Amino acid sequence: MTRVPEGSVIQIRNVVHRYGKQLALEDLSLELPAGKLIGFIGPDGVGKSTLLGLITGAKKLQSGTLEVMGGAIDDVAHRQRICPAIAFMPQGLGRNLYAELSVRENLEFFSRLFGQGAQDRDARIKALLTATGLLPFADRLMGRLSGGMKQKLGLCCALIHDPKLLVLDEPTTGVDPLARRQFWALIAEIRRQSPALTVLVSTAYMEEAQSFDWIVAMDEGHILFEGPPRRLQGGAQDIELAYRQLQAQGAAEVVPVKTPAPDNDGPPVIVARGLTRRFGDFTAVDNVDFSINRGEIFGFLGSNGCGKSTTMKMLTGLLPVSSGDAHLFGKTIDARNRKLRHQIGYMSQAFSLYSELTVWQNLQLHARVFAIRDVEQRIVELSDAFGLNAYRDTLAAALPLGIKQRLSLAVAVIHRPQVLILDEPTSGVDPQARDAFWALLIDLSRKDGVTIFVSTHFMREAERCDRVSFMHAGRVLAEGTPDDLMASRSATTLEEAFIDILQEAEPPQQVVAPQKTARIEVSEHPSGFTRMLAYARRETVEILRDRVRLAFAFMGSVILMLVFCFGITLDIDALDFAVLDLSQSPESRAYISEIEGSRYFNATAPLSSASEGRKRLIAGDVSLVVELPPDFGRKLRAGEDTEVLATVDGAIPFKGETVEGYVAGLHQTFLDTQARESGVSFSQIAQIEPRFRYNQSFESITAMAPAMPAILLIMLPAVLMAVSVARERELGSVTNFYVTPTTRLEFLVGKQLPYIVIAFVNFLILTWMTIVVFGVPLKGNPVPLAVGALLYVWATTSYGLVIATMTSSQVAATFATAIASVVPTIQFSGLLQPVSTLEGGAQTIGSLWPASYFLHLNVGSFAKGLGWEALSSDILALACFGPVLTGIAVLSLRAQEK
Amino acid sequence: MQRLVIIFWLGLKEIISLRHDWVMMALLVWSFTLAPVMEATGVANSVNNASIAFADEDNSPLSRALATAFFPPEFQPVVQIAPGTGPDLMDQGKFLFVVAVPPGFEKDLRAGRGPEIQVLIDATAMEQAGIGASYISSILGTEISRFAAGADLTENTGVGLILQSAFNPNRDTVRFAGIVALIGQIMWLTTILTGAAMIREREHGTIEHLLAMPIAPFDIAVAKIWSNAAVVLMAAALSLTFVMQGALGIEIAGSKTLFLFGTALFLFTATAMGVFLATIARSMAQFALLVMLVVLPMLMLSGGETPVEGQPPWLQAGTLFLPSRHYMAASQAVVFKGAGFDVIWPELLWMGVLGALLLSASLVLFRRSVD
Repeated sequence: MTRVPEGSVIQIRNVVHRYGKQLALEDLSLELPAGKLIGFIGPDGVGKSTLLGLITGAKKLQSGTLEVMGGAIDDVAHRQRICPAIAFMPQGLGRNLYAELSVRENLEFFSRLFGQGAQDRDARIKALLTATGLLPFADRLMGRLSGGMKQKLGLCCALIHDPKLLVLDEPTTGVDPLARRQFWALIAEIRRQSPALTVLVSTAYMEEAQSFDWIVAMDEGHILFEGPPRRLQGGAQDIELAYRQLQAQGAAEVVPVKTPAPDNDGPPVIVARGLTRRFGDFTAVDNVDFSINRGEIFGFLGSNGCGKSTTMKMLTGLLPVSSGDAHLFGKTIDARNRKLRHQIGYMSQAFSLYSELTVWQNLQLHARVFAIRDVEQRIVELSDAFGLNAYRDTLAAALPLGIKQRLSLAVAVIHRPQVLILDEPTSGVDPQARDAFWALLIDLSRKDGVTIFVSTHFMREAERCDRVSFMHAGRVLAEGTPDDLMASRSATTLEEAFIDILQEAEPPQQVVAPQKTARIEVSEHPSGFTRMLAYARRETVEILRDRVRLAFAFMGSVILMLVFCFGITLDIDALDFAVLDLSQSPESRAYISEIEGSRYFNATAPLSSASEGRKRLIAGDVSLVVELPPDFGRKLRAGEDTEVLATVDGAIPFKGETVEGYVAGLHQTFLDTQARESGVSFSQIAQIEPRFRYNQSFESITAMAPAMPAILLIMLPAVLMAVSVARERELGSVTNFYVTPTTRLEFLVGKQLPYIVIAFVNFLILTWMTIVVFGVPLKGNPVPLAVGALLYVWATTSYGLVIATMTSSQVAATFATAIASVVPTIQFSGLLQPVSTLEGGAQTIGSLWPASYFLHLNVGSFAKGLGWEALSSDILALACFGPVLTGIAVLSLRAQEK
Repeated sequence: MQRLVIIFWLGLKEIISLRHDWVMMALLVWSFTLAPVMEATGVANSVNNASIAFADEDNSPLSRALATAFFPPEFQPVVQIAPGTGPDLMDQGKFLFVVAVPPGFEKDLRAGRGPEIQVLIDATAMEQAGIGASYISSILGTEISRFAAGADLTENTGVGLILQSAFNPNRDTVRFAGIVALIGQIMWLTTILTGAAMIREREHGTIEHLLAMPIAPFDIAVAKIWSNAAVVLMAAALSLTFVMQGALGIEIAGSKTLFLFGTALFLFTATAMGVFLATIARSMAQFALLVMLVVLPMLMLSGGETPVEGQPPWLQAGTLFLPSRHYMAASQAVVFKGAGFDVIWPELLWMGVLGALLLSASLVLFRRSVD
């Protein structure tokens, strides 16, 4: 073990971390010195991010001990205490930032989380933005920033509260060399001003390690080396080579960097002239020219978002060109020409494999698509050449990154294309696997004469290309062989040449560290309420800027209210019926006209036989068939007993029973009329007088319109709430909650407040619609109704929070919340079946469900005209749900990542 | 020919992928087994276990006999309440029906004075109120007639009414609710599966990978449509046999093949909806929100939840253009009434034409979104 300098800030002992069965950290012990720039190096997936996550407390420690700043990180009180001194910038550019917020709004949010006063905040933001050159872009949305700017903003957000420990997880991945260089200069400046600051950085670019004070080299969950970079490098040519020697425990096999250039006869294979692509106002690719010969490896170098991928997509015919043209084998590339695609193999940036298919199935699918004749033979051939035999039946999802990438290449060449277009094929792959991959590429190019067009941001790979093109902001800045480019700039490395070219194209801003702000009265103790409001404020801005969610929030309830109220009506009238009148007497005609005359039925053509009636019922032409027997008239006149047969279409039970009720009523009316007309003294022995309360005309809208808000105000707010929490988790911004002093209650309630407001506005809209659009008057007192509604939406948004804490993705949150809010509301709240008619268990659930009380409250206020006295029990019940559900959500929310 | 081969293999890939997506598989199994069973047995459409109270001011043998005439499952046991408290108790939602028997009811009846019983009905309970009211009238009427006959107070009605409930003599609601639930699940699942498959392809970046091969956008969409439709059709057939007929004991009056044929036709529409929504949504989450806003109304207005005849005329004219309405009508005719092809062909034709239109529109849209 290396001796650690005085004053170690972090002590790690026997830490083991697993994701399911997969071991991420293997019994790791480490001590890190304070006040240094400490780099964690190694390719993707070796456990760097896990370790940094554990140190910042973003991830929950599984086993072992981890002390940060003099206390155990898994001690909640200590973590709470040191939280304000730590800043964490997670992996992925801008992953913890908010795309819908502007640069300034992002900074303001972080500042509020640390309870800084308005004056203090403005001063700090100004200083940070000036230092990083972001000031002119203060009002630009974070989502619209370039990679380098996102990275700077991330750093600003991390520095806003003067941390003692700054943790940066791969801050420079995917950023161009110049921006990277500036970034390190900025870090150096900051460290010069605050010498006590400890900076932990992870990186996949080994060459950056040179400037670190202390290096921790990792591989597969354990530590290969710790100590100053000089010692790691030893006699090796550079750090990367040294790392690989360590990894391979001895000499690493090195692929020859230079291979003899191919013979340059024949016409060029790929030619682009003035190639341009615009998206709206934005020019992604601007007037690009190049010409690539057969068998050549042509490299495209540039940062993320500089137009490399767009150019490649135009060459494959995926994107039409805006102007200029591109030729392949002398033919213009046309998206519709599918023959041309048989000659191209394309590997897109993300590994375009089907992770749910096995290696063999992936190869087979592509072979079938290209209609290769000898499928089996070709697959065997490729498996041998690419070393895939051992993985034949492994799912692509389970493959190591390096193997995945070989499979991607195998898939891209399965149809023996003459041109290969590879978009950053090696990002994230460890150096060893990268070399193996390049060996394959060189083989394809030199042996089979395949022309290869490859993009990369690794200089070492660019050096292996026959010719390189530097791209920046949509334009090609320089082109030539690596040697020529270096010579023209009199640089010793390709990176230096690139930086030189970039600086010429775009003079860099000066690097200055943020001015230390004179401490303006830091608010004594940041209160939780301030942080809660910071979340509420941010959430409001975000939802106002997300059109789909905003539309769903306000239009959703309006659309569904219209559909439900017009669509679910139980008023059935004007039904078609047919008669089989075998009597043809005045009495039978009188009976028929009784039915015809009612508003419930419309007559259709009379029937000639009973079987015809049956047929028409089956066809759905009529809902009722009435059959009058031959002697109906005679018997009625003679005062003898006779019978009428009414056959009702009972396929839809509700409709059938309603029709039966109508027929029975009309039958009775007929009898009464008959009795009166025939002069027979007739008095009913007793009368049964139904009185429909609350809704005399018995129109379903009167009952339906006030009932609907109960279901809409649980479904939509709960879904929106759940999506909003699941979204933070999916996009990664939840890390801010993990690593800042925010408590679970502040986080949840802060996010909830805007949704309570939205839901309450929805309540007002729905109430307005009930009164104005559906014409149902509000008979009761509006005040208790509004109070109840507010309590109800508090409960329903809390319910969304509860479900969100149990689901991991936005989709799962949406559907789970929809089902879990709609089903109980329909079944148990009394929407269709009054609570008083529910049985045992169902009634208990109904009484534990907030919608039951709000339904009673809303219907009671509208139809029954109830006031405070009658509604107070509902309001009291509703008042209990919000706090209880919020409490459950707080308890079940994880304060750290697993 | 080669295109057909491509479409076949891409579709097969979909099915293999689906098998490994356990969330979707769980959703599929749940939707076609437990969900429709719960829906079919959970909510009784008509009067079931209704709460009823008697405010009996007569307290005669007759009025007591009336109070014992209400039985489960339609009614809960009658609760006796103090006269005049009915409206308040109804305000609190304690009872749906309150029967008020006036003082001297039996005496007046015997004297032929035609006394009156009042039935209070909570008309905000739409499904129960109307039908329940006629049940109560008929139960009270029968009891009073029986009493009158015993007391020799016969009333000569002369004309009897025989009511027959065609296709459903026992007025069973499980069959109806079960089939409607199954149809609903078919619609949800198809839209979600197809749409999710499209979005997954886009989110994983594999769609570009496919398009860089000799595959047209049309082929991708068609492959997803046939494979997801096939999965849902298979699941629907299994659910019909083992869940509907097996577990729920539902009797299918017509031809199962014809029902499944109708389902297959409808799947064009549902998959087209999936493709369409996936094309306009930018992310899976937006898709999920959109599905709820679109599929729910389509289902609500299809005539499954409440009869189409109840919709205002302008809306009825509008819902003619909802394929779900025709599917619902055709399915009900086949399953409940045993209708044959000769009866339901117009519905099938509507479905076919609307499905084809929707599908071509969404394919055009999808193609445009890819370019």
